[in-house]
Amino acid sequence: MAEFSIETLSEDALLLRLGDRIDAEPNARIHAIAARLRDMTLPGIHDIAPAYASLLVRFDPFATDGADVLRDSLRKLASEPGVHADTSPRLVEIPVCYGGEHGVDLQDVARHAGLDTQQLAARHASMEYRVAMLGFAPGFPYLLGMDPSLHVPRRATPRTRVPAGSVAIGGTQTGFYPRELPGGWQLIGRTPLTLFDAQRDPPCLLAPGDRVRFRAIDADEFAALTEPAEERGEGSPLFDLRDQGRSRK
Amino acid sequence: MTAVEVLKPGLLTTPQDAGRMDLTHLGIGRAGAFDAPALRLANALAGNPRDACALEITLFGPTLRFRRDAWIAVTGAPLPVRVDSDEQPMWSPLHLRSGQTLELGAAREGCRAYLAVRGGFDLAYVLGSRSLDVNAALGPFGHPLRAGDVLPVGDTSLVPASQGTPSRKWRLDARHWFDAAIPHTLRLTSGTHASRLDEDSREALFAREFRVGNASNRVGVRLQSTRLQLSTPFEMISEGCVAGTLQLPPSGEPIALGVEHPVSGGYPRIGQIAAVDLPRLAQCRPGDALRFTPCTAEAALRMLREREQRLRKLEIAILQRLRA
Repeated sequence: MAEFSIETLSEDALLLRLGDRIDAEPNARIHAIAARLRDMTLPGIHDIAPAYASLLVRFDPFATDGADVLRDSLRKLASEPGVHADTSPRLVEIPVCYGGEHGVDLQDVARHAGLDTQQLAARHASMEYRVAMLGFAPGFPYLLGMDPSLHVPRRATPRTRVPAGSVAIGGTQTGFYPRELPGGWQLIGRTPLTLFDAQRDPPCLLAPGDRVRFRAIDADEFAALTEPAEERGEGSPLFDLRDQGRSRK
Repeated sequence: MTAVEVLKPGLLTTPQDAGRMDLTHLGIGRAGAFDAPALRLANALAGNPRDACALEITLFGPTLRFRRDAWIAVTGAPLPVRVDSDEQPMWSPLHLRSGQTLELGAAREGCRAYLAVRGGFDLAYVLGSRSLDVNAALGPFGHPLRAGDVLPVGDTSLVPASQGTPSRKWRLDARHWFDAAIPHTLRLTSGTHASRLDEDSREALFAREFRVGNASNRVGVRLQSTRLQLSTPFEMISEGCVAGTLQLPPSGEPIALGVEHPVSGGYPRIGQIAAVDLPRLAQCRPGDALRFTPCTAEAALRMLREREQRLRKLEIAILQRLRA
């Protein structure tokens, strides 16, 4: 049986922890457990939020036994050897224009990795990533699966404004900025897709557990794909086998 | 439709309700009123449902002109309430006539006050809530109130106390709902990593008085004192966060997470403020002294449930009184 712990964070929150490493295997189990828990539709549960190796669940502290029922359910799910399979998550393709004005740090990052800019972009776009969790800002995805040769330190001085859609590498992680935000990651490219829009349902293009691929595009295609602000559409999942972790409305 | 014009916005005035639920997994936090019972009582006194949208006022209040007659109530940190220059009480239903100006002054103590209007502020819902998440710039307007903003007021015939016109003046006893005692004393349950503090720091956490830092806001209340230290530093990966968590960043100065806390974080958690004391945290202003006393998780839950019972009884009693 896999090791886990269940911790009371507050009067209305429990944290299930499978470990303390950033790793694909515990993260996949977290997404599987989150999906199973969501399917159980326990009364009074209102937030099921995966992180790298843990799951935060919030509940109504005024419901009798709410915490006990939730704790038992989490214990069962975490103990079941079956609940770790990769449950065919969605695959979302993100077009990215690497380098130039859209990725001003690409050259530095490539030099750091001992590659030319085209090789670096090709390597970044050749991997399949997984959305480990969303955090930092609404819709900001932390992606697992980057090739270790692309690891690069964050910028010494963070930028006060990183343009929305910027694709970036920070340390061992890669992700992108869903809105204009301050940030210290190295900018290697930019996607024309709208990653977060509060008026859209769901508001985020990506959900926890989604698989992600980047497709390199040129500046012309970037311009063609740029959505007019007044008619931003939905994203373009290639497959939608399982609608994991989306907001239920 | 009734509306309220913002003549002066105050220091940081934001629309708040009960906050956003069920979006943590998308990196979207709850926000909502920091002093939640004060928001509920303002709504109750105005005759609203408890989760109606009101204004959260920080240290210095706004000046507003009412275009129609309205019932309002102000709760939370004590500040001057003037209607066309006449001083009026807090914690009491107040009637404003069309064209009157409401001026809320500087908080004498505490940090956050709440202004509710019968019908609620009828602002656009953003992701299921009318709360402004200041840090994420998410919510109605996308920013705190500015001079010239116009706040529509919802239909007053739809609220619980639509017929309520109190026949004589009365007010709530605020003592149970606003605690001015300095140092603020907050009950703290043990955090996951409390045992990793070194011996001196474990003692200092409950023995020392902390000072509320200037950079405190709805995201977190920064606490200064002797620096707390772990016996052995360790790295942890990002995990989900909740309001009231006492985090220890490498600086050694703890941060008590507020209602706009990041949805995840990677700092050690050295304690958890009892939820029943979050209003006290909300009322900490920069420079205030604060201390912690130990509390068990069981006692914290019991106190929270007892307070909820008191709040619900009080909400019903207020409604009956409004209808009397």
